[in-house]
Amino acid sequence: MTDKAIVCKDLCKQFGDFTAVNRISFDVNKGEIYGFLGANGAGKTTAMRMLCGLSYPTSGEATVAGYNVYRQQEAIKRNIGYMSQKFSLYENLTVRENIRFYGGVYGLSDSQLKEKGVELIERLGLGKEMNKLVGELPLGWKQKLAFSVAIIHQPTIVFLDEPTGGVDPVTRRQFWDLIYHAADQGITIFVTTHYMDEAEYCHRLSIMVDGRIDALDTPAELKRKYSARTMDEVFYALARGAKRSAD
Amino acid sequence: MPDAVTLEGITKTYDKGKVVAVKDVSFTVKQGELFGLIGPDGAGKSTLFRILTTLLLPDAGVATVAGLDTTRDFRKIRACVGYMPGRFSLYQDLSVAENLNFFATLFDTTVEANYALIRDIYEQIKPFSTRRAGKLSGGMKQKLALCCALVHKPDVLFLDEPTTGVDAVSRKEFWDMLKRLKEQGISILVSTPYMDEANLCERIALIQNGKILSIDTPQQIIRDYPGKLYAVRSGSMHKLLADTRSFPGTASSYAFGQYLHLAFTPGREGSAANLEKYLGERGHSGIEIEEITASVEDRFIQLMGNDR
Amino acid sequence: MKQFLVFVRKEFYHVFRDKRTLLILFGLPIAQVLLFGFALTTEIKNAQIVVVDYSKDVATQQIITRIAASPYFSLDREVLSYADMERAFRRGKIKCAVVFPPHFNEDLLHGHKAQVQIIADASDPNTDRTLSNYLNAIIGEYQHDLNANIPVPYQIKTEITMLYNPEMNGSMNFIPGVIALVLMIACTTLTSVSIVREKEMGTMEVLLVSPFRPLYVILSKAVPYLALSLMNFTIILLLGVFLLDVPIRGNLVLLFAESLFFILSCLSFGLLISSFTSSQQTAMMISMMGMMLPTILFTGFLFPIENMPWPLQVISNIVPAKWYYSIMKTVMLKGLGITAVWKESLVLVGMTCALLAISLKSFKIRLA
Repeated sequence: MTDKAIVCKDLCKQFGDFTAVNRISFDVNKGEIYGFLGANGAGKTTAMRMLCGLSYPTSGEATVAGYNVYRQQEAIKRNIGYMSQKFSLYENLTVRENIRFYGGVYGLSDSQLKEKGVELIERLGLGKEMNKLVGELPLGWKQKLAFSVAIIHQPTIVFLDEPTGGVDPVTRRQFWDLIYHAADQGITIFVTTHYMDEAEYCHRLSIMVDGRIDALDTPAELKRKYSARTMDEVFYALARGAKRSAD
Repeated sequence: MPDAVTLEGITKTYDKGKVVAVKDVSFTVKQGELFGLIGPDGAGKSTLFRILTTLLLPDAGVATVAGLDTTRDFRKIRACVGYMPGRFSLYQDLSVAENLNFFATLFDTTVEANYALIRDIYEQIKPFSTRRAGKLSGGMKQKLALCCALVHKPDVLFLDEPTTGVDAVSRKEFWDMLKRLKEQGISILVSTPYMDEANLCERIALIQNGKILSIDTPQQIIRDYPGKLYAVRSGSMHKLLADTRSFPGTASSYAFGQYLHLAFTPGREGSAANLEKYLGERGHSGIEIEEITASVEDRFIQLMGNDR
Repeated sequence: MKQFLVFVRKEFYHVFRDKRTLLILFGLPIAQVLLFGFALTTEIKNAQIVVVDYSKDVATQQIITRIAASPYFSLDREVLSYADMERAFRRGKIKCAVVFPPHFNEDLLHGHKAQVQIIADASDPNTDRTLSNYLNAIIGEYQHDLNANIPVPYQIKTEITMLYNPEMNGSMNFIPGVIALVLMIACTTLTSVSIVREKEMGTMEVLLVSPFRPLYVILSKAVPYLALSLMNFTIILLLGVFLLDVPIRGNLVLLFAESLFFILSCLSFGLLISSFTSSQQTAMMISMMGMMLPTILFTGFLFPIENMPWPLQVISNIVPAKWYYSIMKTVMLKGLGITAVWKESLVLVGMTCALLAISLKSFKIRLA
């Protein structure tokens, strides 16, 4: 068993004569919080889809949780969690029903489900809202619940696609508390965000420009390298040179 | 010259009063001002925009745009404002040029008539003028939408979350554009969930759960931060968060980029040295504690705490 | 005015750039016409037929031989009387019967004139019409051969009797029905979907916050679909005439005028649906399902209204398509003028005006 959650080498995705993802290579360690940054249209979503087993790469090699992205897509799906700003929970099911549903999807036994469910509800302080429809919860709570549900089956890696977009500053930080908690339990976090302060919370991060990974390091090291005071400046320095503007 | 926008005790509820979207909101946007409405999703920003653009009637209160009543004079208002709704609101199956021409004609003008106003922005997307709007990138869509909202040279411009979901570079460009528009005398009301964009406005209103937390210039809002604020860091940030919170003199401590932002409970402002010792005892190395000026986000978090 | 024209042009862009819209608009009518016109008319072979021969002479034997030789018929058995034949019809054993009166040959040779009766089961109108045509042709051929070298021609007069469905509610009648159905679906669906799409995309917000009056927004939505629907109507008519040999006996201007009103009522309906729905799917569902079923059921072109229980008969009166169908049938197939359909026309125009008024009133100039 290796200590890498994701190993990615020269991964490419071609749509016709358009290279959406251009030979990206990176490793993500187990238990690491890895920030996956890039401008709109830089190829983040395409890369993430390949890693989640939703589309085949054109060339290159990658393993996710030890499984090959070409041959073992089903095994990958069983061993990852996924959450995005757009897709999260069923609004017209209650909190309890959502937990039961997703637990069921990932094949948790009834006793596991019960135990996990109670633990999850307690950690989020949602005891009183158990039987409320998810649609009635404030956005911040929904996002926190969605994240907790995405890791209910203890996946090796969880992919978070802009999980905190539009969330208030306090809830945003509570969300990151959850992320740290999950990382402490050994779950690897792969996260995209447009908030540059959140980039600082990552152990390491990469910045994609025009389908390539142009920088990959710890936040501190990146700032030193680009003699920038904030991640914002690092990002700006890199992405300003982007040629591509189409999604 | 009347104020560009005034709101007086505006309240709006949905579902027959069950859901309160905005409650007793009052503020004024002066002529030629760049005013920011800062708050998270669900705070009520879009509801306010829709009331001001005459798309919704308030349950209570009076609002005016360019001196016109939003309920009574809605037709006149519709002729003199530009509006960019929260979601991408162009025809995806029409090309860039077709969209622009359509909206120009809709407002009974031509692209040429006010070209000076949109030139800077339009030149950037002009190379793609035959491309369908649906095939543009996020940043370009946003520029096209802005052109379409500007093409009739409106007196007041309403931009509802124009930078949401847009990357940092495009956001910066967008704010530069707004600054130039402001210089041409257009009053702008813009909303955003990104607190760091607040500093780019002349005045801002912080809004949360349908209520205004504070209205002032960003500088004054920062000055109003009560007490002192410290930036703290050490080698192990996650552990630091837990340890600072357990320190007896801590009022609040939360992550802020590479630092924690920490405030002491009133009367214990001198405990910075104590904290450093406390943290040292808990095995932290490379401890830094430094007094800093608060940001709008710090003030927002502090006001949210009061609100609870 | 220029705003209006630009708006209309934009609508046309939407139509011609969207495959789904084009399919509904042009694929649907063609598919429907072909479906109703051809799929429901199967070629007939070996139809069961009986002959009641009260003459039993040379001429009748010769004709019977010809019928028996034809691949279309299989001569079932000798039937001795009219009553036997009726029994066979009732049991559904036969589709068609030929009855020769007594003294057929004598009448033909001496009077130069004879009569023959063709009786057909018209509950299946397509088959029945085809069969009686075939029989007519066989008898006509015999008469022609007989007359070949004789100065004074012999005449055999055929009298066709339709059993069970004397009005011959047949495939010709499908065409007016299909027109009603297609216009209903296309106009209603496309109008409602195109308006709701703007709501969904958020462009409606921008349109409303413009000096362009909401009324014009609706009008400029309606005009392109009105034009396209008239085009659609023409396509179906042409398909009917050239492909299915459906005659247009009445006044073309009257047909178009009546159709215009019906299209307007469909457009108003679409508008009404768009006022109360906020997603394209819902609008599509309501206009497709909600319109198709009543139109098929209550128009009377598939199921005769007279045979329905009275509550359904009453309900059928509020379906505009019923009145339109009735007008179309009268004008197109019977060739009658406005004097014959003024009552139905009045009802249709009244309904259209009412629907239009309701839908205009329900259109919101604000979001909620």
